[in-house]
Amino acid sequence: MAEKMELRDIEVWDGNMAASQAMRQVQIDVVAAYPITPSTPIVENYGSFLANGYVDGEFVMVESEHAAMSGCIGASAAGGRVATATSSQGFALMVETLYQASGMRLPVILNVVNRALAAPLNVNGDHSDMYLGRDSGWIQFDAYNPQNAYDLNFIAFRVAEDHEVRLPAMVHQDGFLTSHTAQGVHTLDDDTAYSFVGDFKPMNDMLDLDHPVTHGVQTEEDWHFEHKARQHHDLMTKVFPRIQAAFDAFEKLTGRKYNIVETYNTDDADAVVVCMGTAVETAVEVSNELREEGKKVGVIGIRVIRPWPYDQLLDALKGIKAIGALDRSSPNGTFGMLYNELAGTVVNGDEKKVLTNYVYGLGGRDLLKSQLREIYAELLANAEAGKPTTPLQQLIGVRGPKISFH
Amino acid sequence: MIDNGWDEFEIGAMLRSFDGAVKDIATTLQEDRPYSKNNSFTASVADWRIEKPVFNKDYCIDCQFCWIYCPDISIISRDKKMVGIDYDHCKGCAICVEVCPTNPKSLLMFEEKMDEDEALAGWPEKENKEK
Repeated sequence: MAEKMELRDIEVWDGNMAASQAMRQVQIDVVAAYPITPSTPIVENYGSFLANGYVDGEFVMVESEHAAMSGCIGASAAGGRVATATSSQGFALMVETLYQASGMRLPVILNVVNRALAAPLNVNGDHSDMYLGRDSGWIQFDAYNPQNAYDLNFIAFRVAEDHEVRLPAMVHQDGFLTSHTAQGVHTLDDDTAYSFVGDFKPMNDMLDLDHPVTHGVQTEEDWHFEHKARQHHDLMTKVFPRIQAAFDAFEKLTGRKYNIVETYNTDDADAVVVCMGTAVETAVEVSNELREEGKKVGVIGIRVIRPWPYDQLLDALKGIKAIGALDRSSPNGTFGMLYNELAGTVVNGDEKKVLTNYVYGLGGRDLLKSQLREIYAELLANAEAGKPTTPLQQLIGVRGPKISFH
Repeated sequence: MIDNGWDEFEIGAMLRSFDGAVKDIATTLQEDRPYSKNNSFTASVADWRIEKPVFNKDYCIDCQFCWIYCPDISIISRDKKMVGIDYDHCKGCAICVEVCPTNPKSLLMFEEKMDEDEALAGWPEKENKEK
C-alpha cells in the first residue's frame, strides 16, 4: 500500500507541483515520461513520490515524448490508470500518438504546460502547443492558476475514465506563469481526492485473458469513417454532461465552482475579451478596474477548449455587442483560433456582434494591463459604432511598426 | 457486420478474437475455438498468393519442420502428423518447401491455378546425390 501524505489545508505550490500532487493522489498505475521544460517538474515530483513510497505504480523512463505517449497508450490498453506530462516540442513529437490514444478511446491524462514552438527556440509560455492538439480528439481543459491545475486533474480523470466517455484528456497550464509561480493551493486529503475519482474501471483491457482483444486495428474506406464519426459524436454529445456533473460534484465537495465557460462581469456588458490561461486573471483585474469607471466590460474564459462549448458561449455572449478574441499563438496565415471559432459560434445568431482578433504574448511576452485597457477602449468603440473601428486582426506588444491585417 | 452504422459497434479501434469468454485457449485446437467473425481466422487473407505449396503425403516423414517454420500458422498438423495446408491464410512464401528435408521434397510450389492431382502426378523422382 502506498504511504499517505499529510497535506496542510493550503499548500504553497506552483502549477507543476499542484499537477503532480493530484497525479499522486489518484494513484496512477503507469507514468511513462520524458522531461521537457517547463513541464519537467511534474514528472520529476511524481517520480520522487513514487520512489518514496507514496504511489503504487510504475514510472517508465523512455527515449522521447513519442515513446512516452506510446508507453501510456500501451499501458492504458492493458488496463491501467495512466498519465504523463509534456510541453512544446515534446508535445509536437507526441502528436502522432495523440490521435492513436483518442481513436483507441484510451483515457490517458496529459498535463500540458503550454510553451511556444520553435523556431526560434523558446522555453516560455504561449498557446502554440495547446492549439496544435485541438483536432486530435482529446478533451482539453485549461487552468488559469495552480489551484485550477490541481482541481482540473481530478475532473479530467473522472470524466475521461467514465465508460460513457472513454476519451483522453489534457489539462493545460501556462508555462512558467502558472507552472513555476507558487501560490496558495487549497488541498484535498488523500482519501477524499482518491474517492472523488474512484477506482480505475478497465474496459476491453488486454490483460483480461478470458476475453482477448486486438487493440489498434486497421480499417480502410469500409470502416474508418464510422469510427471517426462515433468518436466525434461522443465528443459532441457525451462529454459536456459528464464534465458538468463532475464540476457540480466537485463544487459540492470543495466549494470551488468551475464552469465550461467562465464569465466575469458579463451581465449587461457591452464588450468582452475571450481568452485562456493566465490572461483571464489579468483581464478580470482590468475589467474590475474599468467597471469602477463605469465601463461595461467583462471577460469570458474558455475552460474547456475541446469539445468547443458552442451552446455555453452563445449563452454567455447574449447581449454583448463587441468581442475581442485574444489568441496567444501565431495564426500563421489566418485569424487566430479563438476568432475563427467564435465567428463560427455567433454567425448564425440573431444578434449582430462585432468580432475582432488580438494576437498577444508569443514566446512568453507579457500581456500588460495597459494593453488590455487599450483593447477594451477599442472594443467599446466597436460596440458603440456597431462595426469594427480597428483592423480585424492586430498583433499587440510587438516591437516595430504597428502590425495588423484586414 | 460490414453494414453496421457508426452507432452499432464497440468503441475504440478494438476487435474481439472470440465470441464470449474463453478458457485454456492455448490447448484448444483452432477448429474448436469460438473465433468471432472479426478474427482473421474466419476470413481468407491469402488472395494475393500467386504460387501455392502442394503437400505430397507419400514422402512426408512428419518431422514438423514446415509446421514450426511457417510464419502464418498455415501448416495444419494434428497429433504430430502433417495434415495439409490452410489455403485461406497461406501467403505462398515457400519457407515450408525450403525447410522440407525429404528427397524428393514433400512440399513443392506450383502455380496458384494448378490442379492438385495434376501437381501430384508430375511430382519429381528421388534425386541421386553424389557423396
